[in-house]
Amino acid sequence: MTPFLDRDLRVKPINAFIDPPQPQARAIITHGHADHARSGHGAVLATPDTIAIMKTRYGEDCAGTFQALEFGVPLQVDDVQITLFPAGHILGSAQVLLEHKGQRIVVTGDYKTRPDRTAQPFELVKCDLLVTEATFGLPVFQHPDPLDEIRRLLRTAMAHPERAYVIGCYALGKAQRVISLLREAGYERPIYLHGAMIRLCALYEERGIALGDLRHSLDVPKAELAGQIVIAPPSAIKDRWSRRLPDPVLAVASGWMSVKQRARQSGVELPLIISDHADWNELRETITATEAETIWVTHGREDALVYWCQQQGRVAEPLNIEAYEDGEEEGE
Amino acid sequence: MKEFAQLLELLALTPSRNRKIEALKDYFARTPDPDRGFALAILTGAMDFKNVKPAVLREVVTREVDPALFAMSYDYVGDLGETIALIWPHHGGEEELPSLTELIELFQTTSKAELPKLIASLLTRAEINERWALVKLATGALRIGLSARLAKTALAEMSGKDLQEIEEVWHGMTLPYTALFAWLDGKAERPDIDHAARFHPMMLSNPIDEDKDLLKLDPADFSAEWKWDGIRVQMIASRGRVSLFSRTGDDIAAAFPDVVDAVFGDAVLDGELLVGRAFEASSFNDLQQRLNRKLATAKQLAELPAFIRVYDMLFDGQEDIRALSWSERRARLEAWFAAHPQTRLDLSEVLPFASWDELAQLRRTGADEHGHEGVMIKLRSAPYVPGRPKGLWYKWKRDPNVVDAILMYAQRGHGKRSSFYSDYTFGVWKGNEIVPIGKAYFGFTDEELKQLDKWVRTNTVASFGPVREVKKELVFEVAFDSAQLSTRHKSGVALRFPRINRIRWDKPVGEAATLEDMSVFVSAT
Repeated sequence: MTPFLDRDLRVKPINAFIDPPQPQARAIITHGHADHARSGHGAVLATPDTIAIMKTRYGEDCAGTFQALEFGVPLQVDDVQITLFPAGHILGSAQVLLEHKGQRIVVTGDYKTRPDRTAQPFELVKCDLLVTEATFGLPVFQHPDPLDEIRRLLRTAMAHPERAYVIGCYALGKAQRVISLLREAGYERPIYLHGAMIRLCALYEERGIALGDLRHSLDVPKAELAGQIVIAPPSAIKDRWSRRLPDPVLAVASGWMSVKQRARQSGVELPLIISDHADWNELRETITATEAETIWVTHGREDALVYWCQQQGRVAEPLNIEAYEDGEEEGE
Repeated sequence: MKEFAQLLELLALTPSRNRKIEALKDYFARTPDPDRGFALAILTGAMDFKNVKPAVLREVVTREVDPALFAMSYDYVGDLGETIALIWPHHGGEEELPSLTELIELFQTTSKAELPKLIASLLTRAEINERWALVKLATGALRIGLSARLAKTALAEMSGKDLQEIEEVWHGMTLPYTALFAWLDGKAERPDIDHAARFHPMMLSNPIDEDKDLLKLDPADFSAEWKWDGIRVQMIASRGRVSLFSRTGDDIAAAFPDVVDAVFGDAVLDGELLVGRAFEASSFNDLQQRLNRKLATAKQLAELPAFIRVYDMLFDGQEDIRALSWSERRARLEAWFAAHPQTRLDLSEVLPFASWDELAQLRRTGADEHGHEGVMIKLRSAPYVPGRPKGLWYKWKRDPNVVDAILMYAQRGHGKRSSFYSDYTFGVWKGNEIVPIGKAYFGFTDEELKQLDKWVRTNTVASFGPVREVKKELVFEVAFDSAQLSTRHKSGVALRFPRINRIRWDKPVGEAATLEDMSVFVSAT
């Protein structure tokens, strides 16, 4: 069967694009990260959370019109039925199920299948054609339990209370996940935020995700930050900003941190392997469970996953969609 | 093992030297014998498991992981040990890993046939960080940016003992260094050292600055010798036993029985290990064939006999003469040679010169006519000082040869450079085609590396695994010490010590060198 989705993720019968990199008349947006949600589209269809995130980041008028679609509620557009299912990646992140003339296509967007208090839990959707992400599509990526990573950080912070612990992470999704994990691990002290983190943390709280006592790191005397945890963008540690911290330890929270040489190269002293993407095992389990016969692989290390799918007797091919440079993916 | 794994990770990720020392001190202070002794051996590279080789590990892994997926992963990660640690698909044996000591014993005593099974079970039992440490330990390639010297510095700071003294005691110690730690802990006397029988840190030279140094220095205060193109060795003959140490203190005597067995008399000598007949040195390539082996074959012993060209004496018999001046030591050395005729030791000739200009002339003709690497200049009144003291010994290397070559292939580096195309193969014209003449991976700055990496990525014409073939449009000025005929290279020429001297962004490839141009260098050496 010829798919009704083409390889740059255009839903042909209704001429709508999923996560288009250029402004389009009709766009379905899986989630709020900048490599998926861009401003300037005509009409945007997304979950209410994603729309709220886009408006917070890009302004109220960042698209012509917005149409909010709740999870699990089918929407008929001409002869295509669209349903959004949770992708478990960040708040509001969705997989897109497209149905047309008996054919089911799922575009996962970015996803993970592990529990995360800051995102609606992933739901598996069976389909004929699966378009999957592959950010961590190599068998070297086997993410550990994130709570163990957080506990390791807390142990180190306890052993060296004279230093400040800067957790480098992206402002949308990862920051809130890390804060929530810290709370889950029983850390009740205030968590300090770099300015770039404040707006989106506030948005998460407004939308019902409790993050506990958060404070702006600005104007806090240096000595008071010893032994404290500060959440900041990874680049901030190289900024003059970090001079206000006592002997800071850079801890970056990302799936990339499993590769020690890589952590070392970027000057990360305390790598935390915490990812909002499916690891190699989750990718394979998900692909198998969807029972899809055809797999399109995008966003990441496509080759290994395509190879694996083919070994399993599936039809698989990489999509060459323009992605962010290695390691700069906003979600990680 | 858990503590050792944590130490390794901390050492790998902590940029600060002081923090590394702190971590080492802390580890050595709270870890019992013999674990800490084995840890020290691993950290200083003194541990080697003859059966555990990267190839064995690779084999263990590719039994469990699809080889194609393994290859893609290795290409991405850029470090074999780390790839293995990350890719291992089985987790969660209930049992903890054995202690460091038990582990080492297992590696040493398990037969080759049983080794894969052992390694597989250990990898499964290990937690993620332990797995990384385990692979590093097994292969001996730590790559964590730690020098043996730093480990010894930590020992010095921990114990309050002098680093120099630790270095001297060090070479007399055997695994797992229990006597060393007992002394460091203040629980035992300093281990007795047969001074004449132990490796002594060598005295090294500084490059001369022709414009600044020569004007200030009086030629009458200095002696000069050829700079030989072999490897620096310390030969220790004491009470019938002869050891041969490389500059880093590795004992290489087993590979050079022809030299070791032919020495008469007791002394500690400093010299250059070379190969050739009748004290006529042949090329470094020849020497390398012997250096690459732990034991020499009968054929090599016959075809590539080795000898040492001696230039200094540290101990005359059992007497430490390092505090004497170079002139006095030289006199002792000559007297020793007269009293003990040698067949595989030879005195390095002292070159007569009255002025720096005269020496410069000698250096030029020596390079052009005999392929000498340059000259060494030594202060006559200087004692033998280990390390690289300023103002006592200088090396005045020949001017390097340079050639304009064309970049042909680039390969990603390893370790720190695993995301950069940093290894370059370059070639010269042979008629209308370009033939490779060598490979270099240094000589450029970090900034230039970034530019080159970008250039490679945008000018790739084909990829073969980690190697990219690029458009033949970029010229490198390549410096090298000498060129030799080689059957291994398509061009028939091999360069010694090639490095990128300059990137000629401006130079058209048509003006790069030809193979005929290279023949000049070959005949000169």
